[in-house]
Amino acid sequence: MNLRRLYMVLAVLLVVWVLLPIFLIATLAFSDRPSVFAWPKGLLPQQFSLETISFFFGVEGVWRAIRNSLAVAAMTLVFSVLLGAPAGYALARYRFAGADAYRLLILMTRAFPLAILAIPLAVRFIQLGIYDTLLGVALVHTALALPFAVLVTSSLFLSIPKELEEAAWTLGCNRLQAFLRVVLPLALPGLAATAIFAFVISWNEVFAATLLTLRERTLPAFLLTSLNDSPLPFRFAGGFFLIVPALVFIFVIRRYLFTLWGIASR
Amino acid sequence: MRTERYLPYALIAPSVLFLLFFFAWPLLEALLLSVRGGGGGWTLENFQRMAADLYFKDALKYTLLLALVVVPLQVVLALGMAMLLGGLSRGRDLFLYVWTIPLGISDLAAGIVWLAIFTERGYLNSLLQALGLIEQPQLWLSYETPWMIFLAVVAAEVWRATAIVFVILVAGLQLIPKEYSEAAEVFGATPWQRFWRVTLPLLKPSLQVALILRTILALEVFAVVVALGGRNLPVLAGEAYYWYNAYQNPGVAAAYAVVVLGISVLATLVYLRLMRPRQEEAA
Repeated sequence: MNLRRLYMVLAVLLVVWVLLPIFLIATLAFSDRPSVFAWPKGLLPQQFSLETISFFFGVEGVWRAIRNSLAVAAMTLVFSVLLGAPAGYALARYRFAGADAYRLLILMTRAFPLAILAIPLAVRFIQLGIYDTLLGVALVHTALALPFAVLVTSSLFLSIPKELEEAAWTLGCNRLQAFLRVVLPLALPGLAATAIFAFVISWNEVFAATLLTLRERTLPAFLLTSLNDSPLPFRFAGGFFLIVPALVFIFVIRRYLFTLWGIASR
Repeated sequence: MRTERYLPYALIAPSVLFLLFFFAWPLLEALLLSVRGGGGGWTLENFQRMAADLYFKDALKYTLLLALVVVPLQVVLALGMAMLLGGLSRGRDLFLYVWTIPLGISDLAAGIVWLAIFTERGYLNSLLQALGLIEQPQLWLSYETPWMIFLAVVAAEVWRATAIVFVILVAGLQLIPKEYSEAAEVFGATPWQRFWRVTLPLLKPSLQVALILRTILALEVFAVVVALGGRNLPVLAGEAYYWYNAYQNPGVAAAYAVVVLGISVLATLVYLRLMRPRQEEAA
């Protein structure tokens, strides 16, 4: 009985460990300037205020960076689902020579340091004329999100019984119709999770986004490059604003967490 | 029937082409970039410039030390959390949800969050003051105290990225049939013995994946460090960034990237060798 209680205490401590820093940054983001610089600080916020957060949104370039981030993330989402889902479907439904090699290729891509991709691509993008464009950043982010998209959609399609599809064939659907009318509706929630995941990978990525842009900064790239010469309230509000989608994201896709990461162990 | 045979290849082809273009090709380009001189000939000039740079030794040292400190901490903590989750009688879903929140938090945001704690008028100093340990705010994140920056980076990294290891291990635990542990219990094994003799050996594949993934990511640590210490705590990926952006020298930047890749490959090989499954397991 005591052991159970100890477990519960430890579990709650871990919750505090995860949530307290988020609570603190949220507190700072929603307080006025004097509170941000107050000394010593109390745990509880002194005064609710929109001063810091509105100061953040008032800085020139922030809105544009947010718009850029959203656009890049949206493109990444579309590209990785369009490229990844067919491959996932092939892995789930067919046994074909080279399937294992393909799986290996997918897993190997996760072992690449981002620097080794971003630096030569930056050089090449200048020559191709897509340096400092949102498309260029989105393409690199797609490369990061695609392996996940393939693995998740493949386990997603595996979980949809093949018999349903075959039944549709016998009832006169062709392959495409059977896919669109039977498989797709069942796969939609999982595909949405894949899409959200791709979105967040892109929203969070900073190294490549910084290297590949100059004026068309995404929000993380904008924050990173202005860190050294920006006041603390700006940084705190920016940090908080970066985190918000993460909270929503984990909540929405919590059912798929294990397919997203756990899959690697098989 | 012919189309049926080629259909899977048609379905994977776009992603294969995309990945070749964005992984295989940049890899070759990076290698070439690092060994090409300004005139186009082969040269080790970039590596020599990198090695002679003031920041190189520190960057190498801190990157390796960070990985050596952060990764074991994360694995031990995540393993503890995974076992703890199994021991909880209530609220498992809620704990699982909260513990995995950091999965969605970017390295930059995590760095900024911990900046709020470690900065001069931050929460750490406020706590120390409340405990009566200091009277005036202490400056922790300055170039004079790289070890404190190091500590702050470790705190931020453990906070942010333990969740990835945790999820991989929980998924691995779910694959282990309960019967093994139950059988051991029947034969009188204590919980401690069951953990060391049954669970841990069976969890080896997941541990291997988690270690490889986390080590590779730890070797690329960048934004957390920039947010907490700027260049006062140089790391390899950061140097690649500065050489590309500030010094406009893709050659040396590529050399740094090649070093990161080299260490990553080496670490992966070491893990694969050290954690090789025994013959009977492989069969």
